[in-house]
Amino acid sequence: MTTPSQTVGPFFGYALPYDGGPDLVPGWRTDAIRLHGRVLDGAGDPVPDAIVEIWQPDGDGGIPRRQGALRREDDAFSGFGRCPTDLDGRYHFTTVRPGAVGDGSAPYIAVQVFMRGLLRQVFTRLYFPEDTAAHAADPVLNEVPADRRATLVAAAEGERTYRFDIHMQGEQETVFFAF
Amino acid sequence: MTHPPYLSPAYKSTVLRAPSRELVLPKLGPDSVELTSPVFGHAELGALDNDLTKQHSGEPLGERIIVTGRLLDSTGRPVPGALVEVWQANAAGRYAHLRDQHPAPLDPNFTGAGRALTDAQGRYEFVTIKPGAYPWRNHDNAWRPAHIHFSVFGTAFTQRLVTQMYFPGDPLFAHDPIFQSIPDEKARRRLVSRFDLDTTVPEWALGYQFDIVLGQTPTEDA
Ligand SMILES: [Fe+2]
Repeated sequence: MTTPSQTVGPFFGYALPYDGGPDLVPGWRTDAIRLHGRVLDGAGDPVPDAIVEIWQPDGDGGIPRRQGALRREDDAFSGFGRCPTDLDGRYHFTTVRPGAVGDGSAPYIAVQVFMRGLLRQVFTRLYFPEDTAAHAADPVLNEVPADRRATLVAAAEGERTYRFDIHMQGEQETVFFAF
Repeated sequence: MTHPPYLSPAYKSTVLRAPSRELVLPKLGPDSVELTSPVFGHAELGALDNDLTKQHSGEPLGERIIVTGRLLDSTGRPVPGALVEVWQANAAGRYAHLRDQHPAPLDPNFTGAGRALTDAQGRYEFVTIKPGAYPWRNHDNAWRPAHIHFSVFGTAFTQRLVTQMYFPGDPLFAHDPIFQSIPDEKARRRLVSRFDLDTTVPEWALGYQFDIVLGQTPTEDA
């Protein structure tokens, strides 16, 4: 008797975003990385009213079990981040590269996206471009049609910066999972 | 199927935003990252976060209500310590949001956003104002039934649920493509709160009960 999903709508601005939401670690940490990207609709236009959430293990593959994702203490790593898109559909996070969890899995960040016009969130994963060997062995990536796998891999963009665009539809439609 | 399909053309914004290619369901389902969830604590919430009528110097206008219910997993067990976030229009049907252009009055004493953690029995409680219906531009003379938006965390990231709670007997149900996007009538009814005299506090506020049941992962089809 599951409760059905409904769209997040356009007016979550006073409720869901919070100070420090996009920062899973402070930017001054030497292991901090920056993730950014755009959310784009089927016409290739930016989605200015989406909200992106991420959840991930720490650099050693440890899943955070302590509280504090809403009010992070000092340089503690919370594992959870939330960022609304801006007028250009852009979002960003400051975090660390996750470690792998479990045998044979490549490191990834779990991503969910909510927006007006989306009746239930979409689930995807962000993998890192340096891990090609691990990707070849990753059981989930291997179930994704080969010609669509690249939509799950962020692009390296200079020092400790990665870009991950989320395409809701089209040629480059991001792979979404049926979770 | 409980959840609405992504593509629901009567709700026009779904047309360019619904995924168009087949979703991928990994044989092993979600893994240990996706099957865990961030944990939140009382220290992260403000003392008045669950009373939307006390967040400003004065009392908001409108009909004061209590909205409470339990957060349960798919086996009926309570989910304690879970973060519940709500947001809503004011009594006149206006959001305190820059992009809301509805020519209804803002209420300086109402922002319309709250947070709560479920207790050991999985129960949350908010004190708020009954939201008004509001127009939107989906089609000619389109109005949303009065609703409160809910965002809930479960014990797995894949259980994240964002939904809307409605009020019993709303005449706009039949005309709302968002409510009607849920194909199953019984599933739609689960989004309608129940007026409850026992929750109602004499001389003070009407009470509504709204239980939330999280799905199994991967997506159940209950
Ligand atoms: Fe709304």
